[in-house]
Parts: sequence; structure tokens; C-alpha cells
Amino acid sequence: MPVKKECIAMLLAGGQGSRLGVLTKSMAKPAIPFGGKYRIIDFTLSNCTNSGIDTVGVLTQYQPHELNAYIGSGKPWDLDRMNGGVRILPPYIRGKTGQWYKGTANAVYQNIPFIDQYIPDHVLVLSGDHIYKMDYSRMLEAHKDNDADCTIAVIDVPIKEASRFGIMDIHPDGSICDFEEKPKNPKSTKASMGVYIFKWPVLKTYLELDEQQEHTANDFGKNIIPAMLAGKQRMFAFSFQGYWKDVGTIENIWDASMDLLDPLESLILSDSKWRIYSNHPTDPPHYLGKDARVRDSLLAGGCSIFGRLENSVISHRVLVESGAAVVSSVIMSGARICAKASVSYAIIAEDAVIGEGAVIGGLPLSGCSGHPKISLVGGGIFVRSGSQVSPGSIVEQDI
Amino acid sequence: MDTMGIIFSNVHDGDLKELTEMRTFASVPFGGRYRLIDFVLSNMVNSGIHNIGIVAKANYMSLMDHLGNGREWDLDRKRDGLFIFPPFARQDPDIGVYKGRLEALAGILTYIRRSAEKYVVLANSDIICNMNYRDVIRYHEEKEAEITVIYRKMTVSESNAPRCTYFYFDPDQRLSGMAVRPPYGGEQNVSFNMVVMERGLLEHIVKEASAYHYQSFDRDFLQRRCRDFKVYGYPFEELYLRINSIAGYFDANMRMLDPATRNELFYSHGSIYTKVRDEIPARYPGESMTRNSLIADGCVIEGEVEDSVLFRGVHVGKGARVKKSILMQDTRIGENACLTYTILDKDVVILPERILTGYGSYPVVISKGSIV
Repeated sequence: MPVKKECIAMLLAGGQGSRLGVLTKSMAKPAIPFGGKYRIIDFTLSNCTNSGIDTVGVLTQYQPHELNAYIGSGKPWDLDRMNGGVRILPPYIRGKTGQWYKGTANAVYQNIPFIDQYIPDHVLVLSGDHIYKMDYSRMLEAHKDNDADCTIAVIDVPIKEASRFGIMDIHPDGSICDFEEKPKNPKSTKASMGVYIFKWPVLKTYLELDEQQEHTANDFGKNIIPAMLAGKQRMFAFSFQGYWKDVGTIENIWDASMDLLDPLESLILSDSKWRIYSNHPTDPPHYLGKDARVRDSLLAGGCSIFGRLENSVISHRVLVESGAAVVSSVIMSGARICAKASVSYAIIAEDAVIGEGAVIGGLPLSGCSGHPKISLVGGGIFVRSGSQVSPGSIVEQDI
Repeated sequence: MDTMGIIFSNVHDGDLKELTEMRTFASVPFGGRYRLIDFVLSNMVNSGIHNIGIVAKANYMSLMDHLGNGREWDLDRKRDGLFIFPPFARQDPDIGVYKGRLEALAGILTYIRRSAEKYVVLANSDIICNMNYRDVIRYHEEKEAEITVIYRKMTVSESNAPRCTYFYFDPDQRLSGMAVRPPYGGEQNVSFNMVVMERGLLEHIVKEASAYHYQSFDRDFLQRRCRDFKVYGYPFEELYLRINSIAGYFDANMRMLDPATRNELFYSHGSIYTKVRDEIPARYPGESMTRNSLIADGCVIEGEVEDSVLFRGVHVGKGARVKKSILMQDTRIGENACLTYTILDKDVVILPERILTGYGSYPVVISKGSIV
């Protein structure tokens, strides 16, 4: 019999991430490699274990193999526990019926029996596709102090970006008076981070009610939260200060990677009290050859670098041959950049090969404002010697 | 594979005095993130050996910490797995802690007896290689040997000779004689201190040795009795590095800078596993002049590094110059400091502007936690 838990986490990891195109062709968004030796889900899983939450249900649906294999028993995150630990929860058949997860709320609804066995007082609902370090135990304290039915973590965003998020209107005492999903004219800059704590009995009631609705997206942001507000439940916001990034697009991934290289950014991975854990192969240290030049970069184990690196994030077992130059790019594990190739403002996915002298991406045109155009070469793709890939284009098959 | 392994962790302690003050020979750090024992242990696991006993003698805290329950080597098994044997303290004050392999084995005789495997491999951790013990067992069976010893034919200098054991074989590779720590060098069949035999035979040898108060496997058993048993030599022809002195340790680390050496050691028959520390990837803020070096996770390199091996979490300050050096875990090199031919043990701090210079055959060793 499972032991009662005060709070357990349900981690939504089924997202397809359709805006990430070729990167998510064979894996779910949370499984995307990040920061040289991590995957995006490492941040949420590590936050859980560092916050003292030892029971995590991971809801998977889209391309789950990579994620299942990666999470395994949960040992790398210290989540292989006698009571609780990490559990992968795919949709399944009950009796003669069964269905895919129709939305985030439906995914949790379908797993009510899983949650019930721990008799939790509170349930923490998380997304597996955000990069941030957060102590959920402090949020849980605030949630309990307020005797809240629901607490939503919020972060200040620039007003011009506010319409991309779920925006909260907050009373001075921290309670939420209004919530709008992606509003055209945002009333505030407090954006929902997709991190919720609910009193479990209250959430369960609302999940069951939502399931009976005919026109519902079965979504936390679109349905459950508005319904709870309408039902006059005690809803509070919990302000989070620090680094938080949603990685919905190629540009987001590139930006977040570049943030790792920026000493002024607040995402500090080296903090030994809040370590981000990951499951990765043991590789020898990386090797820099006699003519290697490395500047402002992050390098994981098992790489061999004979060329030039500048402002880049390099994952394990990457080979950069001599005369090759990698500038402002993200190179994922096992990729090979052959001699004299040039890669700039690009993401090269796992095991891709960039042939000799090939040119991928390029510097943004001078005077052009806004975001540089990021090129993407998909996993395992072979780019022939001498090929050119223009800035901002995506390579989905061998060229 | 129907084979168990026994590894002796303290055997060569004296050869690396400065580095084994606080640890066993087996847990001496090597190659940027490994400990010497990782190689023999990973080789055994990659060869299908899943019952491995490690015999410790003294200073084994770092070894226990490193090995844990053996999970990183896939040895946290319900059946068999990893067993660590600290010395058995006897009531009789005259006996004390064991001397030599045979007494050590007598202390773990129950473990040997209760294991179920047919064969046993005995090894130290002074040889760094990627060896498949399946090949050795196959050879042992083909030769219908009772004991197989692993060796390498090589030229030995006179100064190195007192740290070696030589085998002499008849034309069929059967052992006809041997010299333990001889005073002469030359072209010799040098012992790897790795032995394969049936588990039952080992039990018999250990019991017999206790009766005669024999201690050394080489001197007291193999040398005296080699004609009484069918002992064959298995030549290991692939790449290996032997650690039997500080200079040898230094050279072996420098050899790791060669890509071909690393390929053969780390990827030829299987990976080399080690304890995971969850460090972040290495960072190079600003322009770094790092060449021909191995840099582990968690390092921050702001200065110049050349022909060196840096373990996890090393910080090289601005303007510092590190050449031909081995910097172990969490050492910190102050700004404008200058190091040549040095070995810094864990947690050493070099203050700014300090200059330390050793020599290729006599690198300066700074012991654990010192502040220079």
C-alpha cells in the first residue's frame, strides 16, 4: 500500500511541440536536449527532488519512447523511491473504453486513481517544457498559509509579450480576481508559469465537473482555472522571481542556450545546492586539440574540438574538425562538424553530420533588427560537403 | 560468463606514495574523471563478470565512497554484484592485517566458497587497458590450463626492473620459471598480475598456503609450484598503460591526450564507467588559450592551459598558465599563477602569482588540500 503523501506532482510531458518541427519528430518536447548535457525535463524533475517532492507522475502521450528510456527508474534525480518515486503514466484502456489524453486537465482526470492511492492533501501540476529553477516547497507553504484551493505561480513578463501568456489580475492580498488566457489587451504583466498547486479534493471535483461539460478543451488554463474562479474558490498567485523560459520555438531554445553563456543571466547551473540532475552516458573529459580556439562556450564530456568555437553550447561526443568554425550555435550530442565547415546561428541536432566546407546559417544582416534567423539541421541528417544552408532555414532531409 | 572477479585495491600503494597517503592505489584519480579501479572494474563488467569482490587494506574511505553500491558499473544486483572487503581484524594480535595476496584471499575464503562461478579472475588496478576477459577464459580453456597468467612482452629498463615480475615460458607458452622483482632489465615477459583459474583450485591453493604460512602469491606459490600445475601465459597485445611510479603516472595521464589512445581505451570493447558527479559542462568565459588538453565537466577556464589534464570542477584564473600538469578535482589556480610539470591533488589552492615548476621525470606533487 502506498503511504500517504502531503503533496505529489503531476508533470505534463505529452506535448508534441509542433512549432519545433524536426526537433520533435522523434521525441516529445520535454526530451529535447539542452545545455550540453541536459534535457528540458531535467529542470522540472530536479526542481521536484530539490523541493522535497518525491512522488512524480509523468504524463506522456506523444513519442514517449525517448522520454521513457531517459527517465528509467528515476535514479539520476533520486526519484527511485520505496514509496512514491517517478511513474510514467501513458493513456490506457479501461474495460471496453479508453482514449488519448484530450487535454491537460483530462490527462490528470484519467489518472485520478493514481493520485488517490497517495491520499494527497495537495497536487502540484507542472509542465515538462519550461527551463527554470524553483523551490516548490516555498510555494506550497504560501498555498497552505493562504488556505488556498488553488495557487498559481506567476512571473512578470514585458507588457508587449503578455498576450502570449495566461495573464492574472491580482488583488493586493495576492488573491486572483481575474484570469485571461492569451488576452489581446492584457490587464497586467503577471503571467502564469503553468505551475499550479491545488487542494486535491477541490481539483478532483472540478476535473469531474469539467469532464461532464460538452464544449471544453479539457485544459487547465482555458477551463479549470476559469471554472474555479467562477465558483469563487480561494485562488492565490505566488510570485516567482528568477529565470523562467518557455521553450516553444526554435528561437526560444537558441535564446535559452545563449543565456547559459551570459554571466549576467540568472540561470546559474553551477549552484551545488540546487543542482540540475540528468541521465547521461559516462564519457571521458572533452579534448581540445593543438589548434583549437574556444571562446565564451560551454562544452560537455566526450567532445573533441580541433576547430574554433565561439559563443556556443556543445553537447557530449561532438566532433569539430580542424579548420571548422562554430559561432553562436547549439550542437547536440554525437554531431560532427567536418573540416572547414562553418556553422553560425544554428542548432545542429543529435548525430547530424555537416560535411567538409559546408556553410550553415550565417551572421544576421547588418542593420537588421529583431532576432537573428536560426538555422536548424535535424537529427541524423547528413549535409554534403560544400552545401550551403541559408540563415533561418530548416534541413529535414539529407542534402 | 561463468566467472567471478577479485580486485586487490592496495597492492601498489608504495609506488605512488604522495598520492596514496589518503587513499588506496585503486582510488587514485586518473585521466580527468576516473579512478584507477574504474578500468579493471569496467573491463570485468563489460566481459560479463557480475560477481566482483574488492579487497581493501587501508585508507579505503575514498574507495568506498567512489564505489558505493556499484550502481555505476551495473553491479547493484540482487544476485551477486559488488562486494567490498575491509581487512578482517583478528583477535590474535600476532597476525594483524594481512600481508600479501594469499593471506588476503584467506580472509575472504567464505566469499570465494559461497560464490557459484566456475572461474575466478584475480587482478590489481595498476594496469590501464580495455581488456576482454572472455578472450582470456577462451584461451584458458583451449590450453586446458589450470592457471593462466596475463603478461606482455616488452623491454624493461634496469631502474624499472625491481617493480616487475618476469615469466619464462617453454615454446608452448607453458610457464617454466619466473623472476620476482629482479635486478636486471632487458626484453622480458612482464606479469600483469592478472591470474585466471578455477574457483575450486583457488580455494585449494589458499587453504594450502595457510597451512604453510605462505603470503605472496607470486613468490610463495607460483614461483615454487609452477611446474606442479599447468600454468600458461596469455599475451595481451593491445594498448595498455602501467602505473608503477609517480613519473609513470604522469606519463600515463599525458598519453591520454593522444586521440588514438583515448579511442582504444574508452570505446574499443565497451565504455569505462565511473561515479557520476552531476557537474555542469565546462565553461570558457572569454577567450581561452587551451590546447592539447583534457578538460572535465564543471571546469571554468579563464587562463591558458596546454598539454594538461584537468579533473572536474577545476578553476583556472585569468592570466594563469598551466602547462604539462595534472590538476585534480576542485583545484583552484589563482590569477597569473604559473605551473609546469606539476600534479596537484584534490582541493589544492594555488594563490595568485605563484610559480611552480617540476621536471618531466620528476613532477612536483602537491598533496590534497594544500594551499600554495
